[in-house]
Amino acid sequence: MSASTLTETKSLTGSFTAEAFAAHLAGLPPLPPWWLDRKRAAFERFASLPMPSATDETWRFSNRSTLTLDGFQLPPTSASAASLHAPIGIKKSAKLVFVNGRLATRETLAADLAQRGVIVDTLQNALHQHGDRVREHLLAQPARLGSAKFAALHEAFLTDGAFISVPKGVEVELPIGVFSYAAGAGAAVFPHTLVVAGDNSKVTVVEYFGSSVDADAHFAVGANDLYASHGAHLTYIGKQDWSLRTLSFQLNSTIVRRDARVQSLNLHLGARQARHESLSQLQAPGAFSEMLALTVAHDAQEFDQRTLQIHEAPNTKSDLLYKNALRDRAKTIFSGLIVVDPDAQKTDAYQSNRNLMLSDDCEASSLPGLEIQANDVRCTHGATTSRIDPEQEFYLQSRGIAKEAADELLTFGFFEDVLNRLASDELHAALRTLIQSKFKK
Amino acid sequence: MKPLSDTLSAPDTDEAAANPVVGIDQTKGDFQYKVAYEFDAGTGLSEKTVRYISSVKKEAPWILEFRLNALKKFLSMPMPTHWATKDLENINFDKIRYYLASGQKPKRTWDEVPADIKRTFERLGIPEQERKFLAGVEAQFDSEAAYSNIKEIVAKQGVIFANSTEALREHPEIFRKFFGKVIPTGDNKFSALNSAVFSGGSFIYVPKGVKVAQPLQAYFRINAENFGQFERTLIICDEGAEVVYMEGCTAPKFSTSTLHSAVVELVALKGAKIQYITVQNWANNVFNLVTKRGVAHEEAEIKWIDCNIGSRLTMKYPGVVLKGRKARGEVLSIALANDGQHQDTGAKMIHAADETTSNIIAKSISVGQGRSTYRGVVHIPKHLKGCKNNTECDALLINSNSRTDTYPAISVRGDRHAVQHEASVSKVSADQIFYMQSRGLTEGQAMSLSVNGFINDLARQFPMEYSVELKRLIDLEMEGSVG
Repeated sequence: MSASTLTETKSLTGSFTAEAFAAHLAGLPPLPPWWLDRKRAAFERFASLPMPSATDETWRFSNRSTLTLDGFQLPPTSASAASLHAPIGIKKSAKLVFVNGRLATRETLAADLAQRGVIVDTLQNALHQHGDRVREHLLAQPARLGSAKFAALHEAFLTDGAFISVPKGVEVELPIGVFSYAAGAGAAVFPHTLVVAGDNSKVTVVEYFGSSVDADAHFAVGANDLYASHGAHLTYIGKQDWSLRTLSFQLNSTIVRRDARVQSLNLHLGARQARHESLSQLQAPGAFSEMLALTVAHDAQEFDQRTLQIHEAPNTKSDLLYKNALRDRAKTIFSGLIVVDPDAQKTDAYQSNRNLMLSDDCEASSLPGLEIQANDVRCTHGATTSRIDPEQEFYLQSRGIAKEAADELLTFGFFEDVLNRLASDELHAALRTLIQSKFKK
Repeated sequence: MKPLSDTLSAPDTDEAAANPVVGIDQTKGDFQYKVAYEFDAGTGLSEKTVRYISSVKKEAPWILEFRLNALKKFLSMPMPTHWATKDLENINFDKIRYYLASGQKPKRTWDEVPADIKRTFERLGIPEQERKFLAGVEAQFDSEAAYSNIKEIVAKQGVIFANSTEALREHPEIFRKFFGKVIPTGDNKFSALNSAVFSGGSFIYVPKGVKVAQPLQAYFRINAENFGQFERTLIICDEGAEVVYMEGCTAPKFSTSTLHSAVVELVALKGAKIQYITVQNWANNVFNLVTKRGVAHEEAEIKWIDCNIGSRLTMKYPGVVLKGRKARGEVLSIALANDGQHQDTGAKMIHAADETTSNIIAKSISVGQGRSTYRGVVHIPKHLKGCKNNTECDALLINSNSRTDTYPAISVRGDRHAVQHEASVSKVSADQIFYMQSRGLTEGQAMSLSVNGFINDLARQFPMEYSVELKRLIDLEMEGSVG
C-alpha cells in the first residue's frame, strides 16, 4: 500500500538527516560491527518509510496532522542533570539516570547481588561486555503495530539505555529503577531498556520518563525489550510523565517463555500526544502475560494505545486491562488484538478496555479485536465507555460527601482494581500518589 | 451470448413439502435453466454498458447521469484491501456480465410467466408462498423482476411495491427524493458499482399510518454464469407506518465466480418501523458485497435480521443512522462459514440524535476451514446525550482449524452515554456432547443440538418459518463436521 494518494508535504526525516546520522555515529564510542550495521540499516528504513497515512488501519482514529518530525533535533551532548525531580520515593536495589540519552548518575547494586551475577548497566557497556545477550534480545522483534518508521528511528539514533540481566534462580527483591529525562527545547530522546530475566529468576523494573523543564516540547521515541525465560517472574512498571508539549512514542516487546510470567503496568500521564505500542508473545506452554495500563488524560492530550497478544503455543494465558479516565477535551484510543495461532489450543486470553468519561468534550475510541484460529480456547474481550455511575455518586452525596469529592473518590476507585493487581504495596501507594497528583493539578 | 448448459441438475427430488421457505437449503437452489435472454449487455464494464442498460430501461436523463457519475467514482476508487480480505482481488470485473433480462415488464399473474422461469420459481416455492401468507412478492431473475404481485388489500392501502425501474419511472416524486441519499454513490467501491449498473430490486412506499399486516417478500436468483446481480432496494416507511420485508437469494454452482452487489436503503420517518429480513444462501462461488443502511427518524425503529449461510465471500454490515430523537436501531446477525467460505459481516450504528439506542447481537459459527469475521462500528459524536449501545458478539468454533475474527470500532464523545461491547469465542462443550451421547444421540446429532442451542435465543426472534428452516440448515451443515 503506497501513501502516494496523500498530498502531505511533511518531511520524511525532519532534522534526522543522513548528516545528522553520521554526526550521531561519530559521537558514539566504538560499536560492535553487528550493531553498527543494524543502526545503518535502521536509518535507511527510517528515511525511506512513509509517515502514517489515512489508509493505515493501525492509525485509525489517530490524529496524524499533529504527527510531525519538524521542530525536533538531537540534543547537544552536554546537558545539566540539574532540576530533575525523582517523583517516587521507593527503595530501589539499583538505579540508572539518563539525561538526553546519556548516563547522568547511577546507584550501583548491592555487592551480594552483583556477586550473584545480576547486571544493571548501560547498554553501551553491555554491547561490549555482554554482546551476545544484547544481540539476541535488543530490538529483536519487528514493529508490527504501525510505528515501524519510528522504531527504525529509535534504533538508528539510540545512544544509550539500560541493560538489566538477572541470572538463573536469582531473585532481586527491591525494584531496579531506570530514569530517562529530556532537557532543552525540541530535544529528541530515544530511551531504551532491555531486561533479560533468566530461568526461575524474579525481578521488578520501574521506569520513569520525564522532562527536566516542564514547559519545553520534546520528542521521545522509547522502547523496551522484556524477555522472561523459563519460570521467570518479571514485573515492569512504566511511568510516562513527559512535558505536556511532548510527542511521545513508547514501543514495547515482551517475550514470555515456558511457565514464565510477565506483569507490565504502564501509567500514562504526560505528553501532548502519546502513542504506546505493546506486543506480548507467549511462546511456550504455561506462559502468562498480564498487560495493565492506566491513563489520566486531560486538556487536549491524546493517548493512543495499540496492543497485540500473540498466543504461539498451547496452554498460554494473557490478560489485558486498560483503563482510561478522560477529562476536558482529551482523546484516547485503544486498539487491541488477540491472535491465537492454529496450534495454540487451550489458550486463555482476555482483553478489556474501560473508559471513564469525565467531560462532555472528551472522546474515547475502542477497537478490541480477536483473530482466533484454534477452537479449544477461551477468548473474551469487552469494552465499555460510560460516565460515573449516578447512583454511586448519589449514595456518596447522601453520606455528606460533596459532589466533586465524590467524583474524585469514584475515579480513584476506577483505577484501584488495576493497582490492586500489583504485589508490592509500596509501588501501589507510589502510583496512587502520582495519579492523584495529576488530578490535583 | 447464450447460457452454455441445459438444466444442470434434474428436479428429481421433491422437497417442496419439506421446504416451505425459499432460499435456505443449499441443494435446493443448485439448478440452472437455459434461458434465451432478450437483453444482454455483454461482458465487461464501460460507459457503453451503462448507456445500454439505461436505454433498454428507457430511463429519465437524470438517472443516466447518476449512473455515469457512479461509474467514474467506481473506476477511481481503490479496492478496500487495506482492511478487507485480499480475496477481493480475485474479482475480474472485465469477465462479468452486467445486464441480462428476458423482458422489461414483470408479469402480474403467474400464468404469464414464461414456462422455464416459472419452473425455476416453482422449484423455489414462490407462488405457493404467496398463496399462504405473503402480502406481496417480487421475484428477480438475473437483472430484472420476472414476476411481481401485490395483494389487492395491500395495494388498496396505498402501498407501492414495485421494482426499481418501474418505481423510478412511475413514482419519481416519491423515490427520487430518497434515492441514493442514505447510501451515497461514493460510500464505497461497490455501492458505486451498484449505482452505475443497478437493475431490479424492490421499491416500497408505505403511506402514513399504514401497518402492513403480512410481510412483503422478494426472491433473488442468479441463473447465468459470470453474471453480476446489482439489485437496488429502497423502502420508505412514512410516519407511523410499519412493514416487514423478507428476501431470499440463491444461485446455482458454477465453476467461475459470480458477483452480487446490492444497495439497500431504508427510510423510517417519524414513528415508523421497518424490519428487514435476509436469508442469504448464494452458492459457494458468489462474491456477496452488499451495502445496507437505514435512516431512522424521530422515534422510528429499524431492525435488520441478517442470516448469511451461503456465498464464497460475504461483506455486509447493515447500518442504521439514528437521526431523530429516541430512534432505535437493531441488528441481529447469524453467520455460518463452512469450508471455503468467509462470512465478513457485522453492523454499523451511527448515533446522530439524543436518546438514541442501538443493539447489535451477532453470532457466528465456523465449521471446518470456514472463517467468520465480525466487523462493527458504533459512533456517538459530539454534544449528544443519553445514547446507548449494546453489542454482543459470540463466535463458535467447531473444528480445530476453524477461524474467527472480531474487529469492532467504538468511538464515543462526551460523558452522557453508555456503551458496552462484549465478545466471546468458544467451542462446543465436550461435557455437553458426552452427556448427549450417553443419552443415545450420535455425536453429529449432539453437535447439531449444541449449535442450535447457541443461536436459539436469536433464532427465536425470527419469523417462525425462517427459524425452523435455519435449524434444518444447521443440521445439514453440521453433518460430517465432527470426527
